[in-house]
Amino acid sequence: MSVGTTTREAVRPRSAVSVIDRFGAGLQRLPLHIVIIIFCAIWVVPTVGMIINSFRSVSDMGVAGWWTTLFPPHGFTFASYQQVLAIEGVAPSIVSSVLITIPATVIQLTIATMGAYAFAWMKFPGKNLFFIVIVGLMVVPIQMTLIPVLQFFKLVHLNATIIAVWLAHSGYGLPFEVFLLRNYLGGLPREVFESAEVDGAGHSVRFLRIAVPMTLPAIASLTIFVFLGIWNDLLVALTFLGTSQYRPFTVVITGLVTSFGGGWQFLTAAAVLQMALPLAVFIALQRYFVRGVTAGSVKG
Amino acid sequence: MAGIDVGQIITALIAIIAVPLALLGYIILGEQIIERLSDSLQGWIRPYFWALPAIGFATIFMVYPLLRTVVVSFRNNDDTDWIGFSNYKYFFTFPDTLTSLRNSLLWLVFYTFFAVFLGLVIAILVDRVRYESLAKIAIFLPVPISAVAASIIWKFMFDYQPPGTVQTGTLNALLGVAGRDPVAWLINATTNNAALIFVGVWTATGFCMVIISASLKAISSEVLEAARIDGANEFQIVRLVITPLLWPTITVVGTTMLINALKTFDIVYVMTNGAYGTDVIATQMFSQLQHNHLGRAAAVGVVLFIAVVPLLVINIRRFQQQEEQR
Repeated sequence: MSVGTTTREAVRPRSAVSVIDRFGAGLQRLPLHIVIIIFCAIWVVPTVGMIINSFRSVSDMGVAGWWTTLFPPHGFTFASYQQVLAIEGVAPSIVSSVLITIPATVIQLTIATMGAYAFAWMKFPGKNLFFIVIVGLMVVPIQMTLIPVLQFFKLVHLNATIIAVWLAHSGYGLPFEVFLLRNYLGGLPREVFESAEVDGAGHSVRFLRIAVPMTLPAIASLTIFVFLGIWNDLLVALTFLGTSQYRPFTVVITGLVTSFGGGWQFLTAAAVLQMALPLAVFIALQRYFVRGVTAGSVKG
Repeated sequence: MAGIDVGQIITALIAIIAVPLALLGYIILGEQIIERLSDSLQGWIRPYFWALPAIGFATIFMVYPLLRTVVVSFRNNDDTDWIGFSNYKYFFTFPDTLTSLRNSLLWLVFYTFFAVFLGLVIAILVDRVRYESLAKIAIFLPVPISAVAASIIWKFMFDYQPPGTVQTGTLNALLGVAGRDPVAWLINATTNNAALIFVGVWTATGFCMVIISASLKAISSEVLEAARIDGANEFQIVRLVITPLLWPTITVVGTTMLINALKTFDIVYVMTNGAYGTDVIATQMFSQLQHNHLGRAAAVGVVLFIAVVPLLVINIRRFQQQEEQR
């Protein structure tokens, strides 16, 4: 399921083909290569162009496109980065993003793993009904819940606090996580749990010593997925933090984009800083990353 | 790095350590108490005890809000009095909200179709070349990028300067090379929705491609070889053999994209903020919320939910089928 693996062997036999035939076949496949390269260009060039732009001065950006920088004089500069970080609230918002993302991820995955264990290995009345509700909740747009949750936070005096965002993210993420982890936990061999039970291990021991360690690969993929989902989130933070001083990076960037009008070009630097973490995680942990992203849709 | 609140850092650190510890304590202490109960009582209480935090969160943040939103949608904007169907009447008669409804339909159809279609086409194409993994990384690259960053990326691509001046936006520069006038992609009413939907497709195609590609690898090469021996050309193989075999995966990916299309918020909010007739249901709802029009916002939320119900039913059906196979 990784981006990088090819499992099927090339279909055509190669040995009996002469050099000229092979050249002819290669020429025949030229349109295929061209189409693929055009697709790749459309999907890569915009990002590359913006990264290049982030290292140019705003005045350069105003008079010539990013591609002109590919030829000397390049005129690379860190001015946009300095300018962005100097704006009040930008640097703290990066810290806020970290302070929102890590606890929110930890909280929801801990609760989800516990719940998934109950759904996978315990029998109780209403279990199927509860789980069907959870499956249903996975597709409910969070917009549907914003108003009452906002009212709830006001009632308990948590509105516009970082804790509210942790709780909200946890609530919204749980259905999918419980669903996924329950499928994974339920796939573990029954014998392992039964022999532990015979040995006198209680549920807490079975959970902590068997279920959690054996589920770690799934938890790892899910952690990456959830972490980046919260890091990239705009709507939840915008709704529950609004204009508070703990706004995360995405909210602050969005505020700058919509308020600057003309001189927004130096915000490329902000965008690069914001996407640096997700891209680094994707490149470093490609296999886990793709597994995490796709796990929800494909079973098995 | 001035202006960082130390108190917040300490709160976060406490949360990271204390929440798992508290849950650990909950499990261990709770189990100790439960183990002292009679066997039948244990069997009754234990599962609820384990599932309680998850069920509690789901109830507080999703189930209760869902029901409450339906109630609020029949109330006035301050949530103080009942006003019947007025909020719905407003939504289905006011030109601005009707525009958002139309645009969401456009997203639903075109975003879903192109994301899935391009994902399928690219998965099939790259399956035939040796640099497959590299090409897939290229297509997948926008997936980890936030919609906020993607919007800034595409603001540059769509950048527009008046005709006669230097075009710094990539697309308008290309048009200039072709000898055409620049287009104000995001302002022009005939192009702006298409432009925004394209950005959405751009961020989603990699996701569709990776999933479709995984099922494509599962099709045995013998099936394809048999079709080739029977004289089918490559297009016939794709149309008559590969696509039908991939159909279950395509429908799964398609439902995910339909839900994404309905929930679309970030791209529209960042790139145009719903201006120039690009509003969608989710941005419309958010602006009602910002104006403290609770009743109207709730009605928009309910409309969104009603649109999701068929997908919800499909999802539950699929889940039940999978359960029977377990």
